[in-house]
Amino acid sequence: MAEQIARTLYDKLWDAHVVAGQGEARALLYVDRHLLHEVSTPQSFEALREAGIGVHRPATQLAVADHAVPTHDRGSPIGDPQARAQVALLEANCAAFGIEYLPLDGPGQGIVHVIGPEQGFTIPGITLVCGDSHTATHGAFGALAFGIGASECGTVMATQVLWQEKAKRMRVRFTGTPGPHITAKDMVLAMIGQIGAGGASGYAIEYAGAAVRALSMEARMTLCNMAIEAGSRTGLIAPDETTFAYLAGRPRVASGRAWEQALASWRMLASDPAAQFDREIEIDLGSLAPQVTFGTSPDQVLGVDEAIPDPATASPAAARERLAHALDYMDITSGRPLAGLAIDHAFIGSCTNGRIEDLRAAAAMVGDRHVADGVRALVVPGSDAVRRQAEAEGLDRLFTRAGFLWRDAGCSLCVAMNDDRLPPGARCASTSNRNFEGRQGVGARTHLMSPAMAAAAALTGRITDIRAWH
Amino acid sequence: MRALDTLRGRAISMPEADVDTDIIYPARYLLITEKRGLGRYAFHDRRSDPGFPITDDMPAAPFLVAGANFGCGSSREQAPWALADLGFRVIVAPSFGEIFHSNCFKNGMLPIILPAPTIARLHEAARAGAIFDLDLAAGTLALPDTGPFRFAISEDRRQSLLNGWDEIARIRALHADDIARFETVQRKAAPWLWTTEGHHD
Repeated sequence: MAEQIARTLYDKLWDAHVVAGQGEARALLYVDRHLLHEVSTPQSFEALREAGIGVHRPATQLAVADHAVPTHDRGSPIGDPQARAQVALLEANCAAFGIEYLPLDGPGQGIVHVIGPEQGFTIPGITLVCGDSHTATHGAFGALAFGIGASECGTVMATQVLWQEKAKRMRVRFTGTPGPHITAKDMVLAMIGQIGAGGASGYAIEYAGAAVRALSMEARMTLCNMAIEAGSRTGLIAPDETTFAYLAGRPRVASGRAWEQALASWRMLASDPAAQFDREIEIDLGSLAPQVTFGTSPDQVLGVDEAIPDPATASPAAARERLAHALDYMDITSGRPLAGLAIDHAFIGSCTNGRIEDLRAAAAMVGDRHVADGVRALVVPGSDAVRRQAEAEGLDRLFTRAGFLWRDAGCSLCVAMNDDRLPPGARCASTSNRNFEGRQGVGARTHLMSPAMAAAAALTGRITDIRAWH
Repeated sequence: MRALDTLRGRAISMPEADVDTDIIYPARYLLITEKRGLGRYAFHDRRSDPGFPITDDMPAAPFLVAGANFGCGSSREQAPWALADLGFRVIVAPSFGEIFHSNCFKNGMLPIILPAPTIARLHEAARAGAIFDLDLAAGTLALPDTGPFRFAISEDRRQSLLNGWDEIARIRALHADDIARFETVQRKAAPWLWTTEGHHD
């Protein structure tokens, strides 16, 4: 009998989906699930229409509007005519091609990467794609999930397969015991800071270590979500009892004998002990401070108590220019810490941090405090289910009493395609995933951080080290 | 898809690293559901920056020499669509955002990865107005006085660009049986993946 080669989780997921081209660096991979949203699919449907092709397996596709949707006055038609047309087009395309669409005014609506897991559409062992770079979120379940462009969305609908280049394997181990205020957001920001915005380009990341095993599914999704901010399309966590407990009883998850069968298969989804990774990264959580970005790339990140670096000491020249440009755009000076920097906006939400635990963590900071004068603070649940759960727990009343704005579900200020846009020069404490120039509005400045940190900033009007909070 | 084999012309130099897809194509223009005519929105919020290489009256140039991690960030295919609409067909950089890199190939565009020292020379040549020369079949990029620089590309991607193949049609023509075979096996081995089948057919 041939000796079994030790494989990583990524290898196992890859191997299980090769339709053609096995043994090569490039293979035709079978796609088990496809999530669709209004922004990346109009041209995909158009391609199918032009070619006169239908959808190969409509039951493997699920659509929802999230990027362009308003987060208020949802009972009325969408005010922006372009957004209204785009959402209507998704609904019409889904009806024409036999794809299930979760309506904007229905209980299933939310951000694609929040509703996939909620609906039990995301399960371990599958390949899952979406025309959105944060699709790595679903890797938290041990699914090979990655973002694709609109052309590939069309290819998946028409054929159920995609040509893919096999990535190298990277394992990121978190060691040490994190302090009480250190969250998955801090963990992933620290990783991005350490390896750079392109540091994991060409790699599939697997997150490992006791600190990862200890995370809830919500936190694991935050960790996997931002893999793309380090350049990787794929972030993976091997499924375990935490995963199975989250999934049991969800709407689209198998039950009875099929569930038992699935479980037996899912328990095999872990990297073999002898499996080799092309690159190993270790990140010590023991001394990690809450992480906050200071620049215009997610790798420009610091502990909240650290001093903003000086471009003069950066090298080579390109790094110096990059840093100087970022500080100039952000209108901050080197040498001072981020703590104490005044903000005028706060955003709690997104596919990174819009889940119920994130809202609870933010709410826990509020107590009997009030949002600082001159600060506009927005809380946008990641899905309608999250909104209902939060309201059942009274979080909406707690937030609104404290002066936060409580909204309906959507991408909102993470991508600023709806009317939740910041004015030029605004400075925002944000739980989203990108601090790119103009991301939250032309000329707006974004500081990424955890939900508790963003809530504290909203309450004090300044970036605040929550370790010294009470 | 538009085929690509040889190409001669000028290049624009944009050495800045980590030019993300939000810079290339700001999100608010994603509300447009067309894929043509998007060039006017490319780099919209940067065009008035002093010295920024993309301007309303820049010379026609099919080559863009970029910085590291060009096209990082979101999966929006509007980024390559808008660049194509500006006339770019070949983008050369030390590294690319992965989804952007993949999206280029779907639109008859070629992203070329070359080592940083080579890229530095290409930036100089682009600024000097040199004529770049691509030979995709040979896998080379040349300048009048230097090169050719050899670049790596997988054989199927090369053939796909050279022939301008339509990906969906090609998969359906060549792999329909492979797909059917895979589905038969998976349906038996992992029936829980097929339990929802039929609900919406």
